Amino acid sequence: MAHASPPPAFKNPMVRWIDSRLPVFTLMQKEYGVFPMPRNANYFWNFGAIAMVMLMVMIVTGIFLSMHYTPHVDHAFNSVERIMRDVNYGWLMRYVHMNGASFFFIAVYIHIFRGLYYGSYKAPRELLWMLGVVILLLMMATAFMGYVLPWGQMSFWGVTVITNLFSAIPMVGDSVVTWLWGGFAVENATLNRFFSLHYLLPFVIVGVVFLHVAALHVTGSNNPTGIDPKGPQDTLPFHPYFTIKDTFGLVVFLLIYCGFVFFAPNFMGHPDNYIPAQPLVTPAHIVPEWYFLPFYAMLRAITFDFLFIEAKLGGVIVMFASVFILFLLPWLDTSRVRSARFRPIYKWFFWVLFVNVLILGQVGALAADDPFEMFGISFGFISATTVGQICTFYYFFHFLVLLPLLGKFETPLPLPRSIHESVLPKGARGGGPLPAGAAAKPMGKA
Amino acid sequence: MTDTTQAAGPVAGQAAGEPAPEAETAEDGATRRDFLMLTAAATGAVGVAGFGWALVDMMNPAADTLALATTEVDLSGVEPGQAITVMWRGKPVFIRHRTNGEIMSAEAANLDDLPDPEPDSARIVGGRTEWLVVVGVCTHLGCIPLGQRSGDSQGDFGGWFCPCHGSHYDTSGRIRRGPAPDNLPVPEYQFVEDLRIRIG
Ligand code: HEM
Ligand code: FES
Repeated sequence: MAHASPPPAFKNPMVRWIDSRLPVFTLMQKEYGVFPMPRNANYFWNFGAIAMVMLMVMIVTGIFLSMHYTPHVDHAFNSVERIMRDVNYGWLMRYVHMNGASFFFIAVYIHIFRGLYYGSYKAPRELLWMLGVVILLLMMATAFMGYVLPWGQMSFWGVTVITNLFSAIPMVGDSVVTWLWGGFAVENATLNRFFSLHYLLPFVIVGVVFLHVAALHVTGSNNPTGIDPKGPQDTLPFHPYFTIKDTFGLVVFLLIYCGFVFFAPNFMGHPDNYIPAQPLVTPAHIVPEWYFLPFYAMLRAITFDFLFIEAKLGGVIVMFASVFILFLLPWLDTSRVRSARFRPIYKWFFWVLFVNVLILGQVGALAADDPFEMFGISFGFISATTVGQICTFYYFFHFLVLLPLLGKFETPLPLPRSIHESVLPKGARGGGPLPAGAAAKPMGKA
Repeated sequence: MTDTTQAAGPVAGQAAGEPAPEAETAEDGATRRDFLMLTAAATGAVGVAGFGWALVDMMNPAADTLALATTEVDLSGVEPGQAITVMWRGKPVFIRHRTNGEIMSAEAANLDDLPDPEPDSARIVGGRTEWLVVVGVCTHLGCIPLGQRSGDSQGDFGGWFCPCHGSHYDTSGRIRRGPAPDNLPVPEYQFVEDLRIRIG
């Protein structure tokens, strides 16, 4: 942005020599050194950086796991057990990788809900947002295929159920499924290709993350007020203000993550996945990993035919639509105000949606015919499927009906005139040159 | 692309003081360069499409997978009321020696009540109503229904019950209730002897 101070010349002659031939230092300095961040970005702005670190953790641990893993139906399960028992620090790498997937999703889901709350998907950040949705889809594919690799009961039956979804496609469904499997059932050919793609896709994600960040650095970051920075008094250079903030948040996040890796490594997994895959015995209750539960609930919510669409196909369409609808979000939300802070009605519906997704997650974990229960309280009068149907309806209602209408009928609160006005203590407000004092000090240094 | 004036750029020949080489222009304005462009693009497109298809088809079942397509099964030890499971093309096949009661209930079903109407007679081979042979893969999302082993739940229609999302199949392997859209398929098979079948 225009008001960023020019990058200082590099003192180290080696750095200068390289930079004049390949300006990587200039680039880093521009994008991560002096890059102007809205000064009011809160801790929810940490999760992009956290997600990036998680991606690196997954790639590093994954590469080392692959050195000991055998993608063959007869050996996969045992090779993972060998990693756990015999390979030096194999247990650590596997638990870091296994829980890493969960924490990667935690970071990304917080990151997404942050975007929903503060309207980060609105112009001019539509493409940035859509690239994010692409990353989410790729992550889902990667995690799904990774979960198949240990070749336990849940691996096997999870992949069986999910690949069979494609048989719902009219006419060509069965051929598509056979093609996905490379056989007439989930078998060795399937495991092999999933390993190949599981290795590949994270690097594709790296590519899309690069585009995502490139787009971010064109528009700049959004902020809790949702209004654009109007000048240097509204921003701070990325380094050191946000490098330190990101690092601090990252360390807290990683400590919690370590807590799980070291003290509850199987908390988020399913015990059945420690039973080797048995192609003739379906476990009584198949559940996906927790991060897929809301989508799984929407898949199962469609138990009825709709017009000429069979229930099975309907479920598949609804499940995919629940993610793809995010691509349209920038145009579905008609309000010009970004941040929920200044949208008195949307603010409530945001939380309703959030709770709705949590309930969907709970429904996904229950067997279809179970009575609904949550937090140990049983609601005997209503089945999990019915709750799933109501919540699925609401999910789409939120995006397709509420958001377009809210923008028209909601009266937003008055917006602050600028970011610094909204963050500085009362006496310091006024838009003029910054008075001396704590809040102004950072500018002096920049 | 068709305008030859492009060729008037700083090409080597021009720098040496020669006039820019004019591409031979046909009456309709097409040049030799257009021709090269089109042939190269067409060849490239055919190559990419062909190679792309090879990549796609490489993911289909390989020849040896396709070759394992028949299985013979000896039925002599299977008493009425018993069932066995055999593997065929990597899938379980349920073979049930039906009791008279099971046959009767299968034949008595009202076709109008069936999501996928099919008479029992269309699901048996060679008039041998006591033998039911079906692919034991739920037509919903591919789980293996329960009901083969004694003690398994057989669902509300005495056939099989899929625990994954609650599909009930009857004693003819037809879907009666639940999310599965179709009956359990009857594989192609024949009796090679009185108590011996070949599947596939
Ligand atoms: C987007 C990043 C990634 C995600 C979300 C992810 C997710 C997963 C998941 C959920 C599992 C199953 C863990 C278990 O239950 O045991 C897994 C296993 C595995 N992954 Fe990844 N992964 C990622 C990146 C990678 C990369 C880059 C590689 C290789 C270069 C890799 C190699 C492996 C291997 C060898 C296994 C099997 C061993 C095991 O089960 O622990 N992963 N992955
Ligand atoms: S797979 Fe059998 S009911 Fe869903």
